[in-house]
Amino acid sequence: MEFFVVQFLTGLASAASLFLVASGLSIIFGVTRIVNFAHGAFYMLGAYVAYTLTERFEGFFGFWGGILLAALVVAAIGALLEIVLLRRIYRAPELFQLLATFGVTLMVQDLVVMIWGPEDLVGPRAPGLRGAVDILGLAVPTYDLFLIVLGPLVLGALWILFHRTRWGVLVRAATQDRDMVAALGVNQTWLFTSVFALGIFLAGLGGALQIPRNAVTHLMDLSIIVEVFVVVVIGGLGSVLGAFIAAVLVSELNAFGILVFPKISIVLVFLVMACVLIVRPWGLLGRPEGPARQPAGLSIRPWHPMSPNQRLLMLALVVVAGFVPLVAGNYVLTVLAEIAVFALFAASLHFLMTVGGLASFGHAAYFGLGAYGAAFATTMFGAPMVASLLLGPLLGVAGAILFGWFCVRLSGVYFAMLTLAFAQIAWSIAFQWVEVTGGDNGILGVWPASWASSPAAFYWLALAVSVAGIAALRVLVFSPFGYALRATRDSALRSEAIGIDRARVQWAAFIIAGTFAGIAGALFAFLKGSVFPDNLAIPMSVDGLVMVLLGGIETVSGAVVGAVVYKALAIWLVSQTDLSKLVLGAVIVLLVVAFPKGIVGFAEDLMARRRARTDDGGAALAAPAKAAPAAPGSGAAPIAAPKMEAAR
Amino acid sequence: MKLEIHKLNSYYGPAHILFDVDISVGTGEVVALLGRNGAGKSTTFRSIVGLVARREGRIVFDGEDITNRPTHEIVRRGLGYVPEDRRIFTELTVEENLMVGAQPARDGAPCWTPEKLYTLFPNLGEMRGRLGGRMSGGEQQMLTIARTLMGNPSLVLLDEPSEGLAPKIVEEMANAILAMKNEGLSIVLSEQNLHFARLISDRAYIIESGRIRFGGTIRELEESPEIRDAYLAV
Ligand SMILES: Nc1ncnc2c1ncn2[C@@H]1O[C@H](COP(=O)(O)OP(=O)(O)OP(=O)(O)O)[C@@H](O)[C@H]1O
Ligand SMILES: [Mg+2]
Repeated sequence: MEFFVVQFLTGLASAASLFLVASGLSIIFGVTRIVNFAHGAFYMLGAYVAYTLTERFEGFFGFWGGILLAALVVAAIGALLEIVLLRRIYRAPELFQLLATFGVTLMVQDLVVMIWGPEDLVGPRAPGLRGAVDILGLAVPTYDLFLIVLGPLVLGALWILFHRTRWGVLVRAATQDRDMVAALGVNQTWLFTSVFALGIFLAGLGGALQIPRNAVTHLMDLSIIVEVFVVVVIGGLGSVLGAFIAAVLVSELNAFGILVFPKISIVLVFLVMACVLIVRPWGLLGRPEGPARQPAGLSIRPWHPMSPNQRLLMLALVVVAGFVPLVAGNYVLTVLAEIAVFALFAASLHFLMTVGGLASFGHAAYFGLGAYGAAFATTMFGAPMVASLLLGPLLGVAGAILFGWFCVRLSGVYFAMLTLAFAQIAWSIAFQWVEVTGGDNGILGVWPASWASSPAAFYWLALAVSVAGIAALRVLVFSPFGYALRATRDSALRSEAIGIDRARVQWAAFIIAGTFAGIAGALFAFLKGSVFPDNLAIPMSVDGLVMVLLGGIETVSGAVVGAVVYKALAIWLVSQTDLSKLVLGAVIVLLVVAFPKGIVGFAEDLMARRRARTDDGGAALAAPAKAAPAAPGSGAAPIAAPKMEAAR
Repeated sequence: MKLEIHKLNSYYGPAHILFDVDISVGTGEVVALLGRNGAGKSTTFRSIVGLVARREGRIVFDGEDITNRPTHEIVRRGLGYVPEDRRIFTELTVEENLMVGAQPARDGAPCWTPEKLYTLFPNLGEMRGRLGGRMSGGEQQMLTIARTLMGNPSLVLLDEPSEGLAPKIVEEMANAILAMKNEGLSIVLSEQNLHFARLISDRAYIIESGRIRFGGTIRELEESPEIRDAYLAV
């Protein structure tokens, strides 16, 4: 009994930092609609800066001043980031901002190691709160009790800020309708900056307050960001009180899950999140989103199937790619095979995101399941390679059928978060079910058949499968199913009104995307000769997102271009520099600012402008008109929606 | 002239909506912009306050060109805007909604406080702590006007203030607008038909398919039924 009480208190203490970070993320999202992936990075920076400051300035004031100063320093960095980077891209498609903040996260990861070194750092104890208090005969650290009290205090302070100050009222108003706030004379620019700074301050404070409890490491950003996403989604995006309740819930689940289900402790939290989202799709205290800006489909330029000339060009490109083994060495061929695999993976995600308007944050789950499926078929049942390549993806399909059924009940950011949760569940199973999956050691010995074992042969195989898969996906885009899917994307309500079963169509799209991701994963298993839990981990999902966004989310062929550019760049950078994350992150950020429509979107704009210049007159329509942010519909969807109003 | 619009053209994406719209409003005047559904009334208002991304022409307010200014700057110069869909902050109380609209007092414009607005719209005074989402359509319409007045504008654009209101409330609304006029406010209001507009307006424009078809006094309009029948709902 006593032990449980103490465990409960430990959970509450962990909840404090989690709440601080999560409320910051929630506040930022509420007003700016940015899912700030870099939030974990700022949390980590808060801890590192606090470490340095508290080492330098000792004593009571040194410590507490250092903690507070660290949060302020980090908030200032956050404000700078908002001014320099985010301001430029508020009008870009929603997920682009996620991409930008992801780039920042990568940069911070390398910068932190550069400045503070790779070793874990142990900060000082909090002066005045060093000891432990005896509770029911067990010692509870005084600092934990302090944190337990701090959580509700911060909650109260935030409540006062948002309900008793004009700034807070403006923030709440902007959370609901930021354009109306501007139409009442409020300068959104500074409102956004201050909100962002406050959110980052909370993240930095959360990190700084961790140093007496945990070592400071350069991996703490990714570990917290996933938990924070979970908290924010359970609590309801934009709700501070929700974040508090969810932080307590998640921390207690962690504290007790370890005792009750040591095997599936990680899964537990995600299961709870999935349950909450299914019962309350907007989180415990969240509110249903209005018809939010769609992640895709803002483009005015309609999509067209390829013209015969373009088809010939593609064919020529494929033929050229087929001749590469005549000139390239083994290393290059292996790299190219990997790029081909990822092009298919990215194309499958693109199908879901751009055509279906469903941005998945956990697409690697189906890629990884396909890889594990192929590995099981090979190592457990001794299936030949071709059979494994056919059977393996079925595991991915099964996952997509199961998870997809739940996911398509949600939309927007909540859909993204639920996909993330399912991917994390799949990852935990692969990681923790050691008897079957080998856990962290993975499954080795997944080698291709002898006819495909040379790098050239495997390259041809990967190229053929990938090209066939991408072509099939493209055919689907322009099939009746593709049009129905685009209709659900452009307006869920109207598509249902004309008799499209939205959930069913989106579920089918989810399964199709999962299938092709699974095929890519099975190929990947044979390419590497092994599978690891990493294959379905978050970084892999993020890689897929980056490829799609980089290529251009509003285009049909962006994913392939994005995959080629990103993968080639990533592989090349790793071979060239120790700071590959720093450079890659910087490149992503620059690309986001320079090409807010992605590489292909940029090229299409350029071409449309050229065409408009050569044949003026009617071509004015083809020019990339600046769309009003709320302008709905893409492609053939008519823009003007007649209003229904009774004549008076 | 308080507000002068010269050859305004507006676009939604590739769609050209307004064609060479010319409107002028004198200080202290109440001007009606009349037109049927989809004629372009709201688009005109949205263009004036910079909420339509692509607009061409010249919009001069208090002698200064505001054509390419951002929305919040235009509003801060004293040009208030009341949207047709009201856009109350439903999660905020009446008092908080008013707080969002508050701007410093300015010369040449009436100065409003919540108390003064509660006398103008007595209903609001009785529900200061109520959430915007828990109010009737008519109460929301009053709140959205009061919220804009909190910015102490010298001119307001009212987009269909009588839309969907019961006859008794329409009358209250007309009185409130006349009271605003008596404070010295210039007002442009849009309406679909003459009934409401003629109670309070000095002059009227008729817009149809994005073009101004008529401009003159209310009396002139009433004396030419053929124009009225051609362009307005009856
Ligand atoms: N966001 C938009 N995107 C594209 N077209 C639009 C948009 N909003 C309005 N339109 C079109 O612009 C034209 C003018 O619309 P507007 O809303 O200005 O009319 P209105 O006179 O205010 O009509 P109502 O009396 O119905 O409010 C209409 O043809 C309408 O379909
Ligand atoms: Mg209108």
